[in-house]
Amino acid sequence: MSTLIVNEETYPLPEDPRTTLLDFLHQHLSMFGAKKGCDHGQCGACTVLLDGERINACLVFAFQLEGKSVTTIEGIAKKTNDSDAKLHPLQKAFVERDAFQCGYCTSGQICSGVALLGELAAKNPSAVTCSADYSQKEDISERMSGNLCRCGAYPNIVDAIEDVIALEPQ
Amino acid sequence: MNPFSLQHIKHTQDINGLSTEDGAKYIAGGTNLIDLMKLQVETPSQLVNLSQWEDEQSITENDDYFRIGAMVTNTALANYAYHQPSLSLLSQALLSGATVQLRNRATTGGNLLQRTRCYYFYDTTKACNKRQPGSGCAALTSMNRIHAILGTSDDCIATHPSDMAVAMMALDAQVSLTSKTGEVRNIPLRDFYCVPSTTPHIENVLKDDEVITAVIIPKQRHGTQYYRKVRDRSSYAFALVSVGAGLVLKNDTIEKLTLSFGGVGTKPWYPASAIRVLTGATFSEEVLDLAIDAELADAKVYGSNNFKPDLLRNTFKSVMHSLYEHQRENGDHEGALYEN
Repeated sequence: MSTLIVNEETYPLPEDPRTTLLDFLHQHLSMFGAKKGCDHGQCGACTVLLDGERINACLVFAFQLEGKSVTTIEGIAKKTNDSDAKLHPLQKAFVERDAFQCGYCTSGQICSGVALLGELAAKNPSAVTCSADYSQKEDISERMSGNLCRCGAYPNIVDAIEDVIALEPQ
Repeated sequence: MNPFSLQHIKHTQDINGLSTEDGAKYIAGGTNLIDLMKLQVETPSQLVNLSQWEDEQSITENDDYFRIGAMVTNTALANYAYHQPSLSLLSQALLSGATVQLRNRATTGGNLLQRTRCYYFYDTTKACNKRQPGSGCAALTSMNRIHAILGTSDDCIATHPSDMAVAMMALDAQVSLTSKTGEVRNIPLRDFYCVPSTTPHIENVLKDDEVITAVIIPKQRHGTQYYRKVRDRSSYAFALVSVGAGLVLKNDTIEKLTLSFGGVGTKPWYPASAIRVLTGATFSEEVLDLAIDAELADAKVYGSNNFKPDLLRNTFKSVMHSLYEHQRENGDHEGALYEN
């Protein structure tokens, strides 16, 4: 049977091949953490991790991910033995920096930010690193440009990500 | 979204003898096709799923060329090219396109075949000869700020949106195609795309029974390279104008020029006239003007995009001056204009 792993649990692929990953998460698994914003890959509210890399869940059919492993915002917090969820350092930083207003885009922002930390650790380039002088804030903004939000919380999101980078120097 | 059936390719040899319906489409990353299917611009009756096609998910190289499998993601290619001085133009172009989320899914083959972002192509209530041949072109007399000035026709002025293809064209890339009968042919990327003329729905020379299997980039010196993209916001936007260039300078003579334009043509634009004027010439302001004049001789503007010839001229000259200064100060330099 064709399957897909979501947050370490294995699920059968949906019968209808038209089902996007985002709709699969919502309608089949009742996981509503990844949000449906534009549904066209333009806002990043649906960002999830695919084998550790961030993708737009709205622009991929579930059948394309057969055998792959997806992590949503529900899986970012690590489960502890007493089944309490332990927040990821970036989730804590978002709380401490008040890096959201309405919060609708926050799960996508956090998934994106978690992947970003891995990309920095792997020394992956961005468009900004092709410039002569650039700041870490500019680099973070460039890397987070696939997550749009009108709430004006951008500086706090960048600050929160910088806080976590400072915790673990790259 | 309309229902569709599924087929799968797992190995390159599966293309041989593949039987598909008339309305079949190949789906690689899906970042453009799924978007178009949601909007009913694309309504395939069948999808051929390439997700498990592992043979073409890697980059290989030998003494003569780099071979990039069709299923290599834009992220993987950008990261690889970043560490290859002769491919720095390609890395910069890829990183300037879309977002990390999209680049993680988008593929080399899919990127070459992505469709225009012309508003009227996307809006099924509007006339578009590319989407529906013979229906007319709403862009000619409407909002055409993002539209082409080179290679246009009375039937279509849509731009090709790819940054990657612009860089690959400058780097003399070839597209490797495999047919269902097993025949392989390599087409220079410069000959791969078609100008719209009276058939804007035919965008390239890919035959119905062919699949892109790889892109081949010969190993050559391109000197100092720079991809400059001008757009309405600093990230996540298509180019209004882009210039990809590589310069090898000997004293003040332009020994070799690698050049291509994005955002201005109905296909990734190879400026043969400008290159002819510049190659072997002594670098000067006057010769830059002569070169861009030659390239813009056939340019047409359509109202809202009247600014594009000047924007192209200025961007081109600015890029050339940057490369010239870098080459003057760093003779025999190979790689990105800015290196960190």
